Amino acid sequence: MSDEPALVKCLVWDLDNTLWRGTLLEDPEVALPDEIRAVIVELDARGILQSVASKNDHDHAWEQLAALGIADYFVAPHIGWSPKSGSVQEIAEQLNFAMKTIAFIDDQPAERAEVAHHHPAVRCYPAEQATELTGLAEFSPEVVTIDARRRRSMYQAGFRRESERESFQGPDEDFLRTLELVMEIKRADEVDLSRVEELTMRTSQMNATGVHYSDAELRALLADPDHEVLTVTLTDRFGPHGAVGVLLLGYHESVWHLKLLATSCRVVSFGAGSVLLNWLVNEAATAGVHLAADFRRTDRNRMMDIAYRFAGFTEDSCACLAEPDDGERGDIQFRHLVAEERPEPTTMRVHAPALARGEVAARSLG
Amino acid sequence: MSASNRTIDAETVEGELLAFLAERVGSPVTPEQDLFSAGLVSSMFAMQLVVHLEDSYDLEIVGPELTLEHFRSVRRMTELVLRLSAGAESDG
Repeated sequence: MSDEPALVKCLVWDLDNTLWRGTLLEDPEVALPDEIRAVIVELDARGILQSVASKNDHDHAWEQLAALGIADYFVAPHIGWSPKSGSVQEIAEQLNFAMKTIAFIDDQPAERAEVAHHHPAVRCYPAEQATELTGLAEFSPEVVTIDARRRRSMYQAGFRRESERESFQGPDEDFLRTLELVMEIKRADEVDLSRVEELTMRTSQMNATGVHYSDAELRALLADPDHEVLTVTLTDRFGPHGAVGVLLLGYHESVWHLKLLATSCRVVSFGAGSVLLNWLVNEAATAGVHLAADFRRTDRNRMMDIAYRFAGFTEDSCACLAEPDDGERGDIQFRHLVAEERPEPTTMRVHAPALARGEVAARSLG
Repeated sequence: MSASNRTIDAETVEGELLAFLAERVGSPVTPEQDLFSAGLVSSMFAMQLVVHLEDSYDLEIVGPELTLEHFRSVRRMTELVLRLSAGAESDG
């Protein structure tokens, strides 16, 4: 679990003599080799996003991509005359991806060097390697989920949503209400697990411990009556956001132990994390238990730290913490909260199972 | 940042925060207005507030200082900024 997965989340293509044969501004026509088209289709099916950083006239190049029937495969394309390091950075920012998850392919050594100089974490490939990419480990996720297959269309819906948000006049919260957000929290089954695993691997900013739970570990916990594995999906009028959160809870007599809470960066701005936490606080309040959340600082999860603290969790000690403390916690800290009833969210509807009631009481009696 | 060579007083900080918030929230904000009254505390919004205060006033807001109460209104945030900057000055 200590090995950081090095999967590429987005491949940025150069166009001239990389994606297509020829130079758009000089040659009478350019051609897309069948084997390159196959790479684009395959990476898309694996859930790896693809973008463009090309020095060309934007409209001209985009028309060419459309004529080749592949324009829809690209998100956040950057076609213009600015340095490619800047384009790559903007693409990463628009997608909210870390640089180490971005790959760049270009036939020009100078362009690769320029990108590598500014962004050492970006993996750069020469054009002649294009047809080998699908064979490389960094482009080969172990599990390809439902969400992965439609990731590109989810991101494209996301950009439409974002542009509507930018043009919306008025308070942000009013805009959120226009989205008709529905959060569904459900007990994970076998099918959900692959989505869950991918989410914990892909989500480092919003993972409270930086611990990645594997498919096998979560599968084992599914069968454990003292644990609850919950998945969270979000939908709005633009379409599904897919699986956006996972929550792993351990039941104890006077405290529920939140071992894992990971939410997708994609839905952070909708307040999904706080809605989820507030729902959990309400469930705990109803059950009359405290909450103890695992937290370990990483260089990427400060937002999670703030989210817990703003939700009222503190570092204060409490007698209840002895129950989930197995003595092997290393540098993982507890964030503790005495659960009290909270108001319902005003920006989304929440469908969720009732937690623990009866079942756990029966369990602890037996 | 050049935060250290400009005056940090309540009036300035409050004015700057009101302008920042009005833009961020999309409507005018008053100093006492409860920014979280409607129950919406997006982690993103919280993060932006924290980072904005840290960058604008050259502060570090960590541990128990990171509580919703300190960010609930422009007035509370102003108090936090003044208190933490005063601490930083006496340290250095």
